Amino acid sequence: MKKSFGVKEVVAAGIGTALFVALTQVQIPIAFIPNTSLQPRAALLAFFAAVYGPVVGGIIGLLGHALGDALIYGSVWWSWVFPDALFGIIVGLFAGKFQMKNGGFAGKTVALFNVVQIVANALAWVLLAPVLDIVIYAEPANKVFVQGVSALIGNAVVVAILGTLIGLGFTKIGAKSASLTEED
Amino acid sequence: MSRVLSYVEKDTWIHRLSGVTKLVFFLLWSVTSMITYDTRVLLVMLVFSLWIFKASKTSWKQVGSVFKFIMFFLFLNVLAIYVFSPDQGVKIYGTKHVLAHLAGNYDITKEQIFYELNVVLKYFTVIPAVLMFIVTTDPSEFAASLNKIGVSYYIGYSVAIALRYIPDVQDDYAKIKRAQEARGIEMSKKAKFMDRIKSTAAILFPLIFSSMDRIDVVSNAMQLRGFGKNKSRTWYSAKPLKRNDRLTLAFTVIFCAAALIITFTNGGRFFNPFT
Amino acid sequence: MSEAVIEFRDFSFRYRAQKEPTIKNINLRINQGEKVLIVGPSGSGKSTLAHCLNGLVPFAFPGEITGEYSINGQNPRKLGIFGLNKMVGTVLQDTDGQFIGLTVAEDIAFALENDCVEQEELFKRVEEAAEQVSVKELLGNSPRELSGGQKQRVSMAGVMVDDVDILLFDEPLANLDPATGKRAIALIDEIHKKRKSTIIIIEHRLEDVLYKDVDRIILINNGMIVGDMKPDELLSTDLLVNNGIREPLYLAAIRHSGAKICAEQCPQHIETMKLDDVSETVKKWFHEVSIPEKPVSNDVQLEIKDISFSYTSKKKVLSDISFKINKGEMLSIVGKNGAGKSTLANLICGFLEPDAGQILFEGTDLSSWSIKEHGEHIGYVMQNPNQMISKPMIFDEVALGLVVRGVPEDEIKERVYKVLKICGLYQFRNWPVSALSFGQKKRLTIASILVLDPEVIILDEPTAGQDYKHYTEIMEFLKELNEASGITIIMITHDMHLMLEYTHRAIVIADGNKLTDDTPANVLTNEAAADKAYLKKTSLYDLALKCGIDDPSEFVERFIWFENQERGNG
Repeated sequence: MKKSFGVKEVVAAGIGTALFVALTQVQIPIAFIPNTSLQPRAALLAFFAAVYGPVVGGIIGLLGHALGDALIYGSVWWSWVFPDALFGIIVGLFAGKFQMKNGGFAGKTVALFNVVQIVANALAWVLLAPVLDIVIYAEPANKVFVQGVSALIGNAVVVAILGTLIGLGFTKIGAKSASLTEED
Repeated sequence: MSRVLSYVEKDTWIHRLSGVTKLVFFLLWSVTSMITYDTRVLLVMLVFSLWIFKASKTSWKQVGSVFKFIMFFLFLNVLAIYVFSPDQGVKIYGTKHVLAHLAGNYDITKEQIFYELNVVLKYFTVIPAVLMFIVTTDPSEFAASLNKIGVSYYIGYSVAIALRYIPDVQDDYAKIKRAQEARGIEMSKKAKFMDRIKSTAAILFPLIFSSMDRIDVVSNAMQLRGFGKNKSRTWYSAKPLKRNDRLTLAFTVIFCAAALIITFTNGGRFFNPFT
Repeated sequence: MSEAVIEFRDFSFRYRAQKEPTIKNINLRINQGEKVLIVGPSGSGKSTLAHCLNGLVPFAFPGEITGEYSINGQNPRKLGIFGLNKMVGTVLQDTDGQFIGLTVAEDIAFALENDCVEQEELFKRVEEAAEQVSVKELLGNSPRELSGGQKQRVSMAGVMVDDVDILLFDEPLANLDPATGKRAIALIDEIHKKRKSTIIIIEHRLEDVLYKDVDRIILINNGMIVGDMKPDELLSTDLLVNNGIREPLYLAAIRHSGAKICAEQCPQHIETMKLDDVSETVKKWFHEVSIPEKPVSNDVQLEIKDISFSYTSKKKVLSDISFKINKGEMLSIVGKNGAGKSTLANLICGFLEPDAGQILFEGTDLSSWSIKEHGEHIGYVMQNPNQMISKPMIFDEVALGLVVRGVPEDEIKERVYKVLKICGLYQFRNWPVSALSFGQKKRLTIASILVLDPEVIILDEPTAGQDYKHYTEIMEFLKELNEASGITIIMITHDMHLMLEYTHRAIVIADGNKLTDDTPANVLTNEAAADKAYLKKTSLYDLALKCGIDDPSEFVERFIWFENQERGNG
């Protein structure tokens, strides 16, 4: 009965996309490097993919990035849209393993989440994005590679800190309350 | 959050076109401009883009601030290309006409200038199309249009929900941020890096978790009203294709095909004025 | 006897994650065309029963069903959620959650679109449905351009468009101001009469629903039906009070006076109730009760001086508002949804800056203070605790404001424990937030503000969506807090019970202007003021007049005082 993309996933993808777009303008500047900033929306994407799976992750990455670019920046950089979708899909593929929903996100699964997100970020930003930039826009390889590496670092840091924190918070929310006792 | 593009109702032939037509145009136009580096094709596309933009009666007020922002990024990008690869043009076109020498490896060559001009041109052919698409397409039509060009209506509806809830989520964000600031969460630029991350977490937590409650409510509400019952669904706000739509679609397909044929019969993606 | 459309026989349901069944041994029959009200406190199982009717149970919330039930003679488990949708239309409590379309028209069309109805037909049926609930001129509007009441009308149109013959309203009054709620009840009544549909209303705000006749009231508690009778019969018993449902105020007053209520008096509406044999007793009681004077402080703490504000240059949201608030007051700012009362709170908290005018706190102009500095003196508690709680653990949540201020760890612990004790959450201090009930979460958010030792706290709709028991719990807590620590408490609300029972002063805002600043009893016995503020006059007023009491406002004051005393005595 349970479909991989049912009504709940439709809504999760929609509201996740809305969140992603709303967070597009929320950035954390890095003090020591001028004009660069961390994007908390990457953490949101990782978290939603980890909870709702690859289809939802892929849609939020694709739509969220494309819509956010279009609505806020007035143009769509496809070579950066697809990597976000890829990132969402890869993290989402491991959704079952992270056990965020049933309170099992701790220790090993946290480590797994971070290994997966770093690999996914690397594939997205150091492989796919530069290749697309070169193929689509014929941009210089060294430039797009440097951009890709900085995106990798930035996103990996954001997801490692914020993404993990949100996951830990969520898993605590899902924890069973039966094991709790009142204290005096 | 004010600097967001949005649909504005007007009465022009572009506004009257079906969302499907504009979506197909937007996608094919983007793809063509991505693929081709043929300067002549790009120039023709630019003229068309500007003409369409004018025909949509879009005012500067609607798009001005976004446009300035794009120009700023475009400038940075063009500069970055030069800094990283001053010889990209030389590599592409195979000749080297030095106009001036700056320092070290940094020459200013005709080829580099021409190449970067093409990069700029590429952006300029697409920007008016994106802006036009957003400010003339009723968001209500968007999901229906996606569905019509073959995207599953489930995904189409995800888009509709995203568009429906973006303003609500933005409001929630602002509300939560203010309440947290009152508790002492510092969001100003002065705060240290780790503090900023923590502050962001303090806002993201309630935002994300209350949004997840909303996901449950909305998906129940949708099931209660029969969403997902059939293999397809109809759309209240779909606009049927009319004569102008068919003409525009035919033109778009022919134009893009021709553009690509011209591009590649020339022996590559690049138009080379130097040989 | 007419046909049964809904029938439950020895029916029980247990959610998969729970040990005990949530509803037990239900035997219930609802006939075609009946209008039934289901009441019960939070957690009584009334929502679960509603979910059984619309198919969310067991199709979205799985679990175990025992016993039998049928809808229109068919087995709901075979029909599935989509089959049930064709017969039972549900209007949810959360009008924002139910509003799925980008515009009114699309939202009304939603169910038909899913049935693949052709566009021509869609236009026609949407227009008809919109007409029935008078939202036809709003078809092109987005949900953000609608008031809560309008959104609810759209939700109604959205289910009626599908020609369902059973309409289910899940707490239709929860998010509406009293006047809008009254209109919603009138509209439901109109639909019932016109369409001859079967109507089921789930609510705990009994008095407001009874504004129009219902055929039967079903009282649920602890998952069981404890009462199933005609309104006049049920109202003359003490079943409601014993099961945590607030009885209509006029009936409470009659009971306090010592008079008896019986079905023959037709107690369903105060307007038509026969009071011949009680009016003397009520009158006598009124003259016996006297309220002792309560000392009020005269130190002005907060002064609002000629405040004006607008979001865009076009329309003023607030114009020239002035008032003073004394130290230790507990007062309410009331008015209809969208009247500007939340904006006023945002201005006082420093979230927004006034276009003109001044806000003084103990004589100091606040305009130069940052939001954070405001927060140290004037705390703000949001309506939805889930939008405020940002730590998974209870202790951390309360400590947050101190941690970011760099308070030493020992002191944090001491202050957090103290506040948790005040708020009755100390025994849960090491629990995750998720283990708390909604009311406890509300108290947690109050604790997280109190820990900063503000002199004033502003609460936005502190009791929204709470049943009588939780309402009383929260409000008694705030009252104690106010009395014990002298903290000034300002509440933004449209809950008339709250303003009457717990505040001594109400500032009424309507269309951006200050309409009145008076005692709640005076506001709610003044028809013109109540109307403008989208409140409605209290039924105690009618009772007083009908009993020949010439000072209804004083009657209201005395009744409230008396009830508070009773509550204080347990």
